[in-house]
Amino acid sequence: MAAKEKDVLLKIRDLRIEGYSDEKWLEIVHGVDLTLHRGEVMGLIGESGAGKSTIGLAAMGFARDGCRISAGSIEFDGMELTTTSEADRRALRGSRIAYVAQSAAASFNPAHKIIDQHTEAPIHYRIRKRLEAQEDAMELYERLRLPNPQDIGFRYPHQVSGGQLQRAMTAMAMACRPDLIIFDEPTTALDVTTQIEVLAAIRDIVEQFNTAAIYITHDLAVVAQMADTIKVLLKGNEVEEADTETMLSNPKEDYTKSLWAVRSFKRAQKPRPGGDATPVVSVQNVSASYGDTPVLHDVSFDIYAGMTVAVVGESGSGKSTTARCITGLLPPTSGKIVMNGVEMPPSYKSRTKEQLRQAQMIYQMADTALNPKVRICDIIGRPAEFYMGLKGGKLKSRVDELLDLIELEPSKYYSRYPPELSGGQKQRIGIARALAAEPNFIICDEVTSALDQLVAEGILKLLDRLQKELNLAYMFITHDLATVRSIADEVLVMKQGEVVEQGAKEEMFTPPHHPYTDLLLSSVPEMDPNWLTTVLEERGVDNIGEAAAT
Amino acid sequence: MTDVLGIVLKRLGLGVLTLLVISILIFFAVELLPGDIAQAVLGQGATEENLKAMREQLGLNEPAVWRYLQWLAGAIQGDFGSSLISQKPVTETIAPRFANTLFLASYAAVIAVPVAIILGVIVALLRESIFDRVANVTTLTSISSPEFFLGYILILYLAVKNPWFPAIASLSDDMTFLELLNRTFLPALTMVLVVVAHMMRMTRASIINLLASPYIEMARLKGTPAWKVIVKHALPNAWAPIINVVALNLAYLITGVVLVEVVFVYPGIGQLLVDSVTKRDFPVVQACCLIFAATFILLNLAADVGAILTNPRLRHPK
Repeated sequence: MAAKEKDVLLKIRDLRIEGYSDEKWLEIVHGVDLTLHRGEVMGLIGESGAGKSTIGLAAMGFARDGCRISAGSIEFDGMELTTTSEADRRALRGSRIAYVAQSAAASFNPAHKIIDQHTEAPIHYRIRKRLEAQEDAMELYERLRLPNPQDIGFRYPHQVSGGQLQRAMTAMAMACRPDLIIFDEPTTALDVTTQIEVLAAIRDIVEQFNTAAIYITHDLAVVAQMADTIKVLLKGNEVEEADTETMLSNPKEDYTKSLWAVRSFKRAQKPRPGGDATPVVSVQNVSASYGDTPVLHDVSFDIYAGMTVAVVGESGSGKSTTARCITGLLPPTSGKIVMNGVEMPPSYKSRTKEQLRQAQMIYQMADTALNPKVRICDIIGRPAEFYMGLKGGKLKSRVDELLDLIELEPSKYYSRYPPELSGGQKQRIGIARALAAEPNFIICDEVTSALDQLVAEGILKLLDRLQKELNLAYMFITHDLATVRSIADEVLVMKQGEVVEQGAKEEMFTPPHHPYTDLLLSSVPEMDPNWLTTVLEERGVDNIGEAAAT
Repeated sequence: MTDVLGIVLKRLGLGVLTLLVISILIFFAVELLPGDIAQAVLGQGATEENLKAMREQLGLNEPAVWRYLQWLAGAIQGDFGSSLISQKPVTETIAPRFANTLFLASYAAVIAVPVAIILGVIVALLRESIFDRVANVTTLTSISSPEFFLGYILILYLAVKNPWFPAIASLSDDMTFLELLNRTFLPALTMVLVVVAHMMRMTRASIINLLASPYIEMARLKGTPAWKVIVKHALPNAWAPIINVVALNLAYLITGVVLVEVVFVYPGIGQLLVDSVTKRDFPVVQACCLIFAATFILLNLAADVGAILTNPRLRHPK
């Protein structure tokens, strides 16, 4: 260790950061220490609100608007960032410390070509002239295995796919050959098949240039592939730190163990009801298009009472479009939707109130799906009044009953507003609102993907309990196969608007699979630190992710 | 780009329809004015026979709807009729006045638009500073004061107390261009003061609105200097709302100048409109209003096209 002491690149001691809210400063990071050596990759993991990004940005001497570094020291390569001038701190950014953001699509400026954004820093710091910088960019694009490395930089961000943008952003971070890169959830917004590509590219390039990195994520399996050491954070405090192997095999703290155990929730698969049972929802040969662009091709499946059908696939595969067809928001161009044996009019406009009541939806972003200015009791009460005609005392007792059902104490939450609730509580309100219409079928559109793992597990358990008690049928749209494994009875795999494979869950998770299902399944990161290497070896370097998908 | 052409054609079609509706509204509004055109033309001393002959000559005895249709038939062929007062063709009466108004509007716009945008960028950069507040208060004061009041203040300080510029902006044919600029400086400055605030504040707001975007944070984290973050990363994405406000203000420079023209006795279209309304000179009023309406329609269309052309997603489709 003594020899390594010289190689310390970043030394953070007792870092405290405050955030401004409700007209006062509140501490959000409570004295965190961090030591990073040259060429080392440290994973920072924790739930949202743990302070991961805030600490990552502080390593660049940067605090977001409304935040400030209140105490502690941040020493980068012998330079104290908390006391040095803003100009000196700025001179480090982009040149010696670079940042890779969560959403490359939002973090590239839509008004400029990708390569012009890439070369901005090297030209600004006079490291390279424009032409040299462009050639260097193309070389980096090639190393990151971007298609057409000579031309791709001359496109605008919206002309390039999300996975490619994320790699272009990694290339941009490399432009000045920094000593340290902060990766802030770089693959969270990507599909599994794209994620594996980006992970491989990031790991290669960080190794090639011996760059140190802080890798921020909430996904343990991902961090296991990338990091040498892992630090677990909870609400601005360090929980524990250890090298990756030890952390995975032998976590010390209870909180870490609970994180590790999250993926264990699993319920048994239920068989289809036999005989002549009528499906609650039957989608029959449905095709649909947006304008002249066809998006769904001949989709058929049935959902029976008390059963969950999970619809999986990458973004753009037609999962949500199928839901829009069922609810009548997007009338199909051909085929029909049958509910409990009755054919539905194609458009919601011509459905009766009773027909509309049968199918309800729960949305991905509870934040935007609940009106922030309306009280909880009115949010839940509105469908109960509209569909069931409840009023006055009856309405109030029904709302109380619904709140009980979603495990929120009625007296405490009845007259509160959505912004006062946590993410998981908001999603529970979304569930109660759907239940208020007393539907027999609920579409859950990525309901857990915006939530932390522990909270998501709670929601899954609640949905499972409600299904048992109320005999509900669920259509569960997700891109997360772990969720499918835990809650589904039947699975529908979609790709480019077509159903690739469908069947009972156990069958889907046992080989042989359709090649695309196989690709999806094998792209889900596992906790084994050697998983990425193994998968890449199996697939061959030129045959990962998007390349394999086509 | 064919989409843009489609939008332009569609909007031009709707614009023609709007003009038609406006012409109907104006015609009947003028009809509703009390008094008699023949009386206005001939004066108080006219005898009953003279008035009768005059009405006959002007066609005032025909039903209103018929007169409107006659006018419309002419207008479609480009003939907007003759002034009821001077008997000269309307186009001949309006053309020189409208040219004067356009000149004054361009003069003001050439100063106001760059000043407003540059100031807007500077206050966005120095937001919450003293400079920001002073610029805000000053421009707000100028936008809140009526134009005629601003005009008189400028005359008081820049023409009377310090005789740098002429107080009256009357024109003659033998002036050089520099003389012309000097003569019309005060009315142009008045209008600049009125429109700068609006455009500056919109520039500031639309830039600041973008500062929370991830790509702005990214630019900062690449070590980009603050001014470059604003000019290179925020401004190119802020054009759409700025262009809209600029277009609205340009329209105002052409249509809203009546008071300024009166204060500085400037022979523009605004004064002509006021005179014609008092004399119930319908063909002139109608033509002036249609010009104003067309100005609004064309500038708004230009703003929409501008907003499309500055959007990289629409300019460089996949």
